Order: sequence, then C-alpha cells, then structure tokens
Amino acid sequence: MIQFIVRRLVISVPVVLGVVFIVFLLARIVPGDPCVAALGEHANPKSCAAFNSRIGLDLPIFPFIVKHGSSYNLSSDPSSITNNQFVRFLGDLAHGDLGTSVKHGRPVTTLIFERLPTTVELTFYALLFAIAAGIGLGIIAASRHNSKRDLFTMMIANLGVSIPVFVLGLMLAFAFGVLLKDTPFSLPPSGRLSAGLRFQTIAEAWGAASLSGPPRAVLDFLSNMYTVNGLITGQWGLLGDALRHLVLPAIALGTIPMAIIARMTRSSLLEVLGREYIRTAEAKGLRPRVVLFRHALRNALLPVVTVIGLSIASLLSGAVLTETIFGLTGIGLTVFESISARDYVVIQGLALLVALIYVIVNLITDISYGLLDPRVRLTQLS
Amino acid sequence: MSDVTFGGGGQMPQVAAEPLIGARRRVLARLLRQRSAIVGLALLAFLVLVAIFADVIATHDPIKVLFDAEPGIRPRTAPCIHLLGCPAVQPQHLLGTDGNARDEFSRVIHGTRVSLFIGFVTVVGAILIGTFIGAVAGFFGGWVDNVLMRLMDMLLAFPALLLALVIVTVLGKGLINAMIAVAIVSIPVYARVMRAAVLSVRELDFVTAARALGDSPASILTRRVVPNSITPLIVQATLGIGTAVLEVAALSFLGLAAQPPTAEWGTMIGNERNQLFTAPWLIIAPGVALTLTVLAFNLLGDGLRDALDPRLAT
Repeated sequence: MIQFIVRRLVISVPVVLGVVFIVFLLARIVPGDPCVAALGEHANPKSCAAFNSRIGLDLPIFPFIVKHGSSYNLSSDPSSITNNQFVRFLGDLAHGDLGTSVKHGRPVTTLIFERLPTTVELTFYALLFAIAAGIGLGIIAASRHNSKRDLFTMMIANLGVSIPVFVLGLMLAFAFGVLLKDTPFSLPPSGRLSAGLRFQTIAEAWGAASLSGPPRAVLDFLSNMYTVNGLITGQWGLLGDALRHLVLPAIALGTIPMAIIARMTRSSLLEVLGREYIRTAEAKGLRPRVVLFRHALRNALLPVVTVIGLSIASLLSGAVLTETIFGLTGIGLTVFESISARDYVVIQGLALLVALIYVIVNLITDISYGLLDPRVRLTQLS
Repeated sequence: MSDVTFGGGGQMPQVAAEPLIGARRRVLARLLRQRSAIVGLALLAFLVLVAIFADVIATHDPIKVLFDAEPGIRPRTAPCIHLLGCPAVQPQHLLGTDGNARDEFSRVIHGTRVSLFIGFVTVVGAILIGTFIGAVAGFFGGWVDNVLMRLMDMLLAFPALLLALVIVTVLGKGLINAMIAVAIVSIPVYARVMRAAVLSVRELDFVTAARALGDSPASILTRRVVPNSITPLIVQATLGIGTAVLEVAALSFLGLAAQPPTAEWGTMIGNERNQLFTAPWLIIAPGVALTLTVLAFNLLGDGLRDALDPRLAT
C-alpha cells in the first residue's frame, strides 16, 4: 500500500512543476503593460521604470530571454542564468510569497487567507448537498429499476447535469428571493449574512484577542467560515443566519455533482444488484432493505467515491459563477474581479492555488480508492 | 459541467473493430431502442430546424433596437401575446423586449444558431488537435507517449472553466477567443479517448498484417488505426458539444466571450442579470433554451454510449 501511495505521489510531482511553469508563463504573456494596469494615469516612463524594478519586471523572464515591450529577444548576459524572473518566482514561492496585489495593495497570501474560507464553506455545503441528494436519488432509482420512480429520478439527474450553474442560481434567487418573499420559505438571494448582524470572531469569543502569529491566523481563518464560528462558539443566531444564506448557493453549485453522483450510484447499484451474492442474500430470506443497504450499497459506492473526488473540480469551476451571482467574496469572485482589473499577480497566485488544490484532491481520491479496493493497487503497480 | 469529461481515460466504451457497415446498422438499431437517445435526437432535430429557419421564425431583427421602429416602445416590456389577451394596440412581443428594446423572442431563436455553431466548431477544433496528440501518443508509445500525456495531465490539473478564463484573459475577450480557450481546455479529453482507443486497436491482427506488408507508421496510423478508433470519439464529441456550449455561455455570462449585441444566450443572461427581480423572463427564456440545448447533447451522448458499448448489448 505504501508503495502505491509513494508511486502516486511521484507521478504528481512533474504535474505540479508543470502547473507552476504554465501559471508563470500565462501571467507573463498576458497582453497589456502591468505598469499601466497598476498605475493607471500615473503611468509614465519614469514611474514605470521604478515600478518594474520594484517588482522585478525589468529582469529577463528566463535565462537568456528578455522581454522588450511586446517582443522577446535573446540576451547573452550570463548573469541572467540565476538572476531572472522565473528563478525569482520560484524563490518567492518557496518562501510562501505569492506577490502583492496591485489592486488591493496587499499580499496575495493575505487575500487568500481572508477569502478562501468563504469558498471552502460554500464548496463543503455544496458537496454535502450533492452527496446526500445524489446517493439518495441513485438508491431510489436503482431500487425500482425501470419504474416511473426510476424514470422521474433520472429525468431530474439529466436536467441537473444540463442546467448551467448561473441559470440555476439566478432562477433559485428569483424563486426564493422574489416569488416566495414574505412566506416562511423565503431565503436570502445574496450575501453571506444579514445586514447588521453582529457577531464575535472566535478569538474574541474565547478571550484570545491578544493572540497573534499563526495560531491567530488559524482562528481567523475558522472565524471566516461563519457556520464553523457559530458552531464552536455557540452563536446560534450567526449559525442559523449563515446557513440560511448558504442554502441557495450550495444548491446551485451542488446540482451538477449531485446529478452525476445520482447517475453513478444508480448504474453502479444496478450492476451490483445483478450479482450472484445478492441473489444468495435474497435466497437466504433477508429483507430487501437489508440486502440493499448492507450488501449491495457498500460495494456499489466504490466508483461513487471517485466521482465525488472528481466533482470537487467542477465545484471549483462553478464557484466562480456561484460567487459572482450570489455576491460571495470568495476565491472564485476574486479570480473574476482580478481578471477584470488585470491584476495579474492575483490571477497567477489564485490559479496556482486552485490547481494545487485540484491536484491534491485527485491524489487523495486515487489513494482512497486504492485503500477501498485492493485490486486498484495491484493493477497500478503491475 | 465536467461530467462529460469523466468518460475520458479508462472508462470509455471498449469498442472492438468490426466490419464497419454491419456494425453501424446495429448501433443505429440499438440507439433507436434507447428512450433517452430518442428524446435527445428529437430535441436536437428541433433545435437544428430552429437554427436553420431562424430568419423565418423570428418576428423581428434580433439585433435591431426598436426605439425608432415602434414609437413609444420601452425597454424590458413584459411579454405581449395578442392571442392570450394582450391589447391589440400594444405591439406583439412574444417574450417581451430586452434592456435595449430588442425583441427577446427573436434573440432567443437566433441564439440557437449561435450556440450550435459555437458547440460544433469548438469541438471539431479540439478533436482535430486532441486526436492527433492521442493517436501519436498511443501509436508510438514510449517517451513520446509519456511527454504528450504528461502535458495533457498538466492541462487537466486546472478546473476547466478557470483555465479557460485565464486563457481568454491572455488572448483578449471575444467570442472566437473564448471558443479557442474552451477548445484548448478540452483537448486532453479527446487525446485520452483517442490514445486509449488506439492502444486497443494497435495490437489487432489487421494492424500487424499492415505492418508485415511494410506500410509506413504514418499510413498505418491514418488508414488503419484511426478509422477503427472513431466510435468512442463520437460519444465523447456528442457529450463535448454540450460542455462546450455551456462553457462558452458561462464565459459570455461573465462578459468575456460573445459581446452585445450578438444574440448569444450567455451574454443575454449576463446583461440582464441585475433585472432578475423586475424582468425575470429575460433570464428564464435564454436559460431554458440553453438548458434544452445542453440536455439534447447529453441525452444523445448517453444514448450513443450505451448503444456502442457491447457489454450492454443483449
């Protein structure tokens, strides 16, 4: 097993390096002068020279490759082998420095720290919805194969994978924010909390306001996930309000994975239900419910695990749209804003972050699949 | 969104090389037994007809601002259908007008043309490059295979929409650039499908025979291997069109792809999204059209997959 994990880890190293390289390259070939984008009307040759040298844009991009304006030239300067933007980028990266946002004037790592909790929270609830509803629908469909119930459930699943996140999000906002307004079913169509809601951060609630450094950062990170904050500090008003705000975005974001999981559960369960040992279990006189949940479902859920892992990818993509629609200041919305504002440092940092999350999630999915199913380990090793 | 990409890699249908004519007829027969495939096919046929006859069906010019043509017209007028009791003095607009007083119904109808074009062209582009890479990787194996497929892995290491977003930023916004971005993002899927197919065909007797006869690798690849690997690709392409339509629409929604006044559904929704509470039909109508289009390709793709998978044949 350890051999399998090590092997899988080794394979992902070149992918991660390649991702770092691609992200660096994309950020460098983006058209437009970063100085003009940053300084706006204050951009002139003198201020731009100062700006470029401050953030290292006057250095060669790679060894022997210099960018003048929009053209790339070869340089014979031997010092460019070590003193270039790529080496510096890697060096900064090794120190955990992703550069400073031009638009916000703050380090990208700080921005990530402030905004990632929103995305993590949203993704978590979306995934929760996707798994609960998806597996539920899959079981309902498979337990009555070819019935009306099966047909209806699969219709929902087919619609679910086909409806764009932004269409579903807007429709949900319309239904629950407008049509059902003033009814008990009304739900807030935007934002993370109701205006004017006062709450304490975890550090404040625990009387640790004087804490600083990494422990404080961890507490603040958790505090920014309002449902976590509400739960561990017992601020039930905060928890309830945050949950109410999360319902619509989580459903909008989770519907595509929900539909995929439902289809996967159904087909996998149908396959397992046709096996000999199920017939044996039925012949023993076990109740259908026991056969379904104890014997069939356990084996049927294996492929579903992979699908759940892969779903996180579509969640990260969808987060850009969901956060934009529901006005949630997370990583997705920040990516979109940075693109509009041509804040390349932020785009570069966030693209790297998301790609790394993605690679790690895929890694975990593969490994957990190997843990669950010994056959996978054997084939991958041979 | 990315569901359709899951079919790539190891999960694609294993299609054995059969005599082509007989196999095709059998596949068609099997396809027509699939309920979802029939619904998808019918829906798609309907959409294609709408796209072809868009000029006849549309009641107005989709990009014409009607302020001059219809005095007194206001932006975002509610739908007005005379048959349903809308006063005859008011000009008829089946789905109302949009924020620039253009006829929404005509725009939705013409949007079919734009979206089908986007889906088809994007996928064809991605397939041409992706199959080339996959076929070369699978046929030659060794380090060629390794380098090409690791490159594909790197592209797959980004969530599709996010990578497309960044590529559009690099290329500059616009419909064509967005289509290029979405095509680039989907190349790895086709490369993987093609590679897997080539790997399974490569060792079959007729390829060995061609090799023994002294055919060049290029000729074996293009004349023997690729034609026999095409079936799984068709499935992936059908599903891929749906994804491409969806992703380009998402980019349009964010204002990075099709620009106004182009009658593109994503752009139409994006432009009016702040009017959700006052003029919801401007979002619902293009939203429904978009969903139906993606649904058609997904249903047809699923049906094709089942029809082409011999394991399911009874």
